[in-house]
Amino acid sequence: MPHLVQDIAAFIPLDRILHSREDLLAYGYDGTAALHGVAAAVVMVQTTAEVQALVKYCAEHGIAVVGRGSGTGLSGGSVPSNGCVVLCLTQMDKVLELDEKNLTIFVECGVITAKVAEIADGVGLLYPPDPGSMRISTIGGNVAENSGGLRGLKYGITRDYVMGMEVVLADGSLVWLGNKCVKDVAGYSMKDIFIGSEGTLGIITKILLKLVPRPQAKKTMLATYSRMDAAAETVSAIIAAKIIPCTLEFLDKITLNCVEDYAKIGLPRDAEAILLMEADGHPAAVEDQAAKMVEIAKQCGATDVQIARDADEATRLASARRTAFSALARVSPTTILEDATVPRSELTKMIRFVQEVGARHRLKIGTFGHMGDGNLHPTFLTDEKNLDEMTRVEIAMKEIFDFAISLGGTITGEHGVGLAKKPFLPAAIGEASLGLMKKLKAALDPKGILNPGKIFD
Amino acid sequence: MHSPTIESPLPPSPGAKPIYLKDLDFGVLAQCIHCGLCLPTCPTYDDTKLERHSPRGRIQLMKNVAEGRLDVTKTFAEEMYFCLGCLACETACPAGVDYTRMFEEARGDIERTGVLNTESRSWIRGLLLRGVFTRPWLLRLIGRGMYLYQASGADRLVRKLALIRLAPKNLQELEPLAPRIRPDFSDDLIGEIETPAAKARARVGMLTGCVQDLTYSHVNRDTVDVLIANGCEVVTPRMQHCCGSLHGHNGEIEIAKDMARRNIDAMERSAGSLDDLDAILTNAGGCGSHLKHYDHLLDDDPRYAARAVQWSAKVRDIHEFLVTLGIVKPTHSLAEPDGKPLEVTYHESCHLCHGQKITKQPRDLLKLIPGVKLVELAESSWCCGSAGVYNITQPEMSMKLLARKMANIAKTKASVVANGNPGCSVQLEFGTRKHGSDVEIAHPMTLLARSYRGKRQCGFQN
Ligand SMILES: Cc1cc2nc3c(=O)[nH]c(=O)nc-3n(C[C@H](O)[C@H](O)[C@H](O)COP(=O)(O)OP(=O)(O)OC[C@H]3O[C@@H](n4cnc5c(N)ncnc54)[C@H](O)[C@@H]3O)c2cc1C
Ligand code: SF4
Ligand code: SF4
Repeated sequence: MPHLVQDIAAFIPLDRILHSREDLLAYGYDGTAALHGVAAAVVMVQTTAEVQALVKYCAEHGIAVVGRGSGTGLSGGSVPSNGCVVLCLTQMDKVLELDEKNLTIFVECGVITAKVAEIADGVGLLYPPDPGSMRISTIGGNVAENSGGLRGLKYGITRDYVMGMEVVLADGSLVWLGNKCVKDVAGYSMKDIFIGSEGTLGIITKILLKLVPRPQAKKTMLATYSRMDAAAETVSAIIAAKIIPCTLEFLDKITLNCVEDYAKIGLPRDAEAILLMEADGHPAAVEDQAAKMVEIAKQCGATDVQIARDADEATRLASARRTAFSALARVSPTTILEDATVPRSELTKMIRFVQEVGARHRLKIGTFGHMGDGNLHPTFLTDEKNLDEMTRVEIAMKEIFDFAISLGGTITGEHGVGLAKKPFLPAAIGEASLGLMKKLKAALDPKGILNPGKIFD
Repeated sequence: MHSPTIESPLPPSPGAKPIYLKDLDFGVLAQCIHCGLCLPTCPTYDDTKLERHSPRGRIQLMKNVAEGRLDVTKTFAEEMYFCLGCLACETACPAGVDYTRMFEEARGDIERTGVLNTESRSWIRGLLLRGVFTRPWLLRLIGRGMYLYQASGADRLVRKLALIRLAPKNLQELEPLAPRIRPDFSDDLIGEIETPAAKARARVGMLTGCVQDLTYSHVNRDTVDVLIANGCEVVTPRMQHCCGSLHGHNGEIEIAKDMARRNIDAMERSAGSLDDLDAILTNAGGCGSHLKHYDHLLDDDPRYAARAVQWSAKVRDIHEFLVTLGIVKPTHSLAEPDGKPLEVTYHESCHLCHGQKITKQPRDLLKLIPGVKLVELAESSWCCGSAGVYNITQPEMSMKLLARKMANIAKTKASVVANGNPGCSVQLEFGTRKHGSDVEIAHPMTLLARSYRGKRQCGFQN
């Protein structure tokens, strides 16, 4: 071991090379249940040059490099492979430039998502992608996972806001991809290959992001249902009515009760499901859309629709929604969350299927999700020590994936494949597509040192 | 070119085996799903961006200790003492993780195994936790000594002559932190039973605390004045013991239990029985959070378990109690001589806001005072670095937090900082001296009492 640490100390100060047992254990996980690994060292990098030197060194010696932001990933992307070097990017957190003329912000990869949002807000702009983890996730992690958020329906996902990036490639060399132009067709759109690449193709060190003007008005509503599928019907009906709200978030009974236990904001505890709906834009358009959404919700069977009194209440509702996944952990020792996504027209079928699977396998499932995106998070509330139940969880999980695929959907809408979804990937995308991914990986990372074993083997 | 040796599996873990953590219910440790939502609220993570210094990292280490993958090592122990115990992570955690419980058991293991023991650490801990803070008379005697030292001007003389440099390094750093000691103790200022003029609305037990009693006995008098003004009969046991929170948070679980038993006994002696009290009150956030947990602490003591449950059910923070009781509107205006409102800002003690989730009540009370304008403090619930004895054990981090707090205070332009915990007051008063600020640090009860009385002073020079 001394060799590795000594070697790295030649280009990175010793106090930023962590290798005590305690430190390694503290970097052995991300936000995913039941996945652990032990690195040989964790290196806190602070500059692009340091990233380059470290990757180059690891490439020369065939050592695996696992990039890591804040470790909130939900598919095991930053869980270390045994003996790897974890390249931790949280200290690379400078905001480099805010360009109000071109509506862009240029940041280092370790900047926290919420910070970008705050800076934009400070000058009347909006950075739309707002994953539930935004107060701690890094922009680099968001780009590497192509994260979604609560506003995906209207504003899209992280990919839609990445205009350029600086990437350290697998041999330690550096490239810049993209620019501030809204149009650019000079060759392949290479930056898009790195978006959602989960640290397997390169380490993204700097990112140029697009901002949009902050909408003038916003209206937040909470619809209550006595049947889960009525909420799904509402979503399909709103979209069929050619309305694009910015948010349509779903919580079932178990989830909303957990969230209420934590946040105590007065959610209707005996509802079977709630839908958090938000319209934004020009004040008149917002009024109009909101009125139509209320009407549609009621037609689809909502028992009640409340309108948030003020911005504070709206923020409280959205913040509470963001805690859904963690709040569900109150119920049982092990919380396993899925990320199945279907075309929006198929939502009602999917919701019914999840309910049916839970009942058939005698499993407790809490479901919430970005319903406007067709993206559900059925979450198994179980106990890893109960082996019989875990077997049933596995069968149920597979059934849910298979059903989502049969509806034209996908196994993961926003959390990525990482380790957790790896076994399900071939069936989801097919051999040809998988083969192309492997060719790309081999071309960009011939030695296979970047986050090996993630996405596919 | 050599090929680097890669170290895996882990190196040996030279340390001792845990007892408390090992016995802790698996559910408590497994509750954390390592989602990371608590990280941005943790002051030590915020400063270092290192996972080991985060709640999630610490819980993970404790879990590894409990499950036998890590011994109680020196590094683990140092980590658990680098934690402020501010409990911001508990407020942030949607999963309901009981950090307090894990943290106290971890420190219990650390002390039991003695991995941090050095001669001077053991000596000082022995002296303070086992010697002084278990003996109310000794604590007061030392307090008296310090008062005389300060009142005689000897402290200034010693500082001037640089005599302090002769003292061991730890003491040198401590000396300027030392709060001004009061000339009187609570027992001198408050009768054992004080009764309001009219028929009492409630009968309450009053806990005077130890730091509060030594350095802010007037706050105790003010609190009783406020209670009397609100029609309460107040029972204040004599020569009270430390509540045991210092011991509980610092790994002396057995002493903490003993302190709890003594306090229950003392309150029963003065009040007749716990049944005869509507509430047991504390005005110190740090104590309150611990006092409310006597039921857990004594749940394995057959003689006290039932009374501890009764005790915990009755303990209230003073702000919480007054708001539920329905406070009598304070009378006199505290406006500045030129008629402008007195601008007051509110700093939240960690153990009031995170430990007891009391955030609204103190603000509501302050807003009721005529002539007071409450201005919000940015990051009001961010720890000031006092954290029990943290300012002594981890001066560097503590001073960083204090500087951050003082900067936020300065931005409010308020002339008074109200806060409900003596530990914070000591730290903030030190902050005013260190950062050259003339803001007054006051307990909300002191401000309320001034308004009821119509003058600044309580029984003596204030
Ligand atoms: C409570 C909670 C709510 C969440 N809500 C959402 C949500 O609403 N929508 C959503 O999409 N996700 C959500 N997530 C998942 C997760 O937060 C996102 O995937 C996030 O983008 C991860 O960011 P991170 O900084 O934690 O990255 P990490 O978890 O550290 O890393 C994620 C992956 O990216 C790679 N990586 C990280 N930084 C870089 C870099 N600079 N260059 C190259 N590769 C890199 C890692 O190797 C890893 O494969 C949630 C997670 C939690 C715990
Ligand atoms: S303590 Fe709570 S918020 Fe923090 S990582 Fe664990 S579950 Fe998440
Ligand atoms: S108690 Fe405070 S310092 Fe300790 S882990 Fe929690 S937030 Fe961090």
